[in-house]
This record gives sequence, structure tokens and C-alpha cells, in this order.
Amino acid sequence: MSRGRRRQAQRHAREFDAFVAGAGGRLLHAAVLLTGEPPARAPAAERLLVSALARTYADWARLRGDDPYEHTRQELAARFARQRRRHRRAEGGVLSRLPPQERLVVVLRHGEGVAEEQAAAGLGLPPERVRALCERGMAAALSRPRDPVGDAA
Amino acid sequence: MSLPDRKETEVRLLLRQSVHPVVPPDLALRAAVAGERLLRRRRALLALVWAVVLFLVCGAAVWLSIEQPWAGAPETTPTVDW
Repeated sequence: MSRGRRRQAQRHAREFDAFVAGAGGRLLHAAVLLTGEPPARAPAAERLLVSALARTYADWARLRGDDPYEHTRQELAARFARQRRRHRRAEGGVLSRLPPQERLVVVLRHGEGVAEEQAAAGLGLPPERVRALCERGMAAALSRPRDPVGDAA
Repeated sequence: MSLPDRKETEVRLLLRQSVHPVVPPDLALRAAVAGERLLRRRRALLALVWAVVLFLVCGAAVWLSIEQPWAGAPETTPTVDW
């Protein structure tokens, strides 16, 4: 590797570290809500986030003006959507009673504040479907008994 | 506040107040290691594509220089004067 390229790679690695230090907490919170694991121990959420962040790391030089946070969140959502069968059974957290796709839509729309159209485009779903999933998910989340198991951790 | 608005606010609050997990200290390092692996795989794939392209171009050049298809078919039957 040439000296210029190595220096650029080092700069990217430093920028990436700073990005993860700043955004890691919020992203991991979103990932834990998605996988429906108890927040104290969430290996699947960590794995999901690490692989999404790895993509962001690899794409860092190509991001240019794009927001790395949005890039990672999009990757996180797409990955979760692909492997949602694996996350059918949630073990804890406030959204554990929701099916994976409803969890995904509720977290994107209300946890992350993503607009309906943007969420629909990112997931490859029609906006009406996103709205329906979100409505159902919200109703289920609010109707849960007020004695959370995973929340107490 | 309308009913759907109130529901949205409640859900937002529920999500925000849910327990935040502790970020493992090696999160960035793990992601960087996996990211490097991804980059290496991408570079290897690119190198493979270039190798195939180069091989095809060289092969075509050699074939053209031997066969010289632009020279036309050689005359094989003698012309007979009737």
C-alpha cells in the first residue's frame, strides 16, 4: 500500500472510531429493541450492529457527504429485515410481544424518527403497508401489561 | 391532542425510557476488523475480475495475430480455364 493510501486509511479508521464512540449507544439501543433481547445481555443485537458497522467501515471512503449514521441504520434495518425469521421469538424489552416486522417499523418510525416514505423506501414496502404495520405495532406495544420483564433489568 | 398523536407520543416515550444497553468497549474494534475483512474480500474480487479481463484480452490478441481473420480465406481451388 502506498504511503498516501495508508495515511488515508488511518484517517478513515480514526474518523470511524470517533463515529462509533458517538453513535454506538443509540445504534445499539435500536438494535436491542429490534432483536427483543433483554438489554443487559444482547449478543444478537451486538452481532447485528457489528456487521452493519462493518459495512459502514468498508464504505467509509465512498460515503462522501452521506451521513454514516443513516448509512448504518439503513444497513441495520435491511439486515434485520432479511433475517427476521431468526428473531421471531423475542425474550425481553418493551417491544418483545410484537412480531419482528412490526418491531422494525415501530423502531424506525418512532424510535429513530424516520419519515414514513423513507422507511417504506428503505424496506422496499408500500407506504400503506408501513403505516398498517406501525399502527398494529403501536397498539400492541401500548396494550402490553405494565409489568415489563426485560425492562426491569 | 388527537388520539393518534397521543399514541405516538406514548410509544416514543416508551421507547426512549426503555433500558439502554451498555456499549461494549470493543465495539468499534470488532466492526473495524470485520470491515477490513470485507474490504479485503472486495479487493480480491476486483483483482479476480481484472485478471479475467486481462486474460481474455491477451487471448484475443494472440488468436488474432495467429489467425489473422482479416486476411480473408486462402485460395484453395486452382482456377481452371475452360
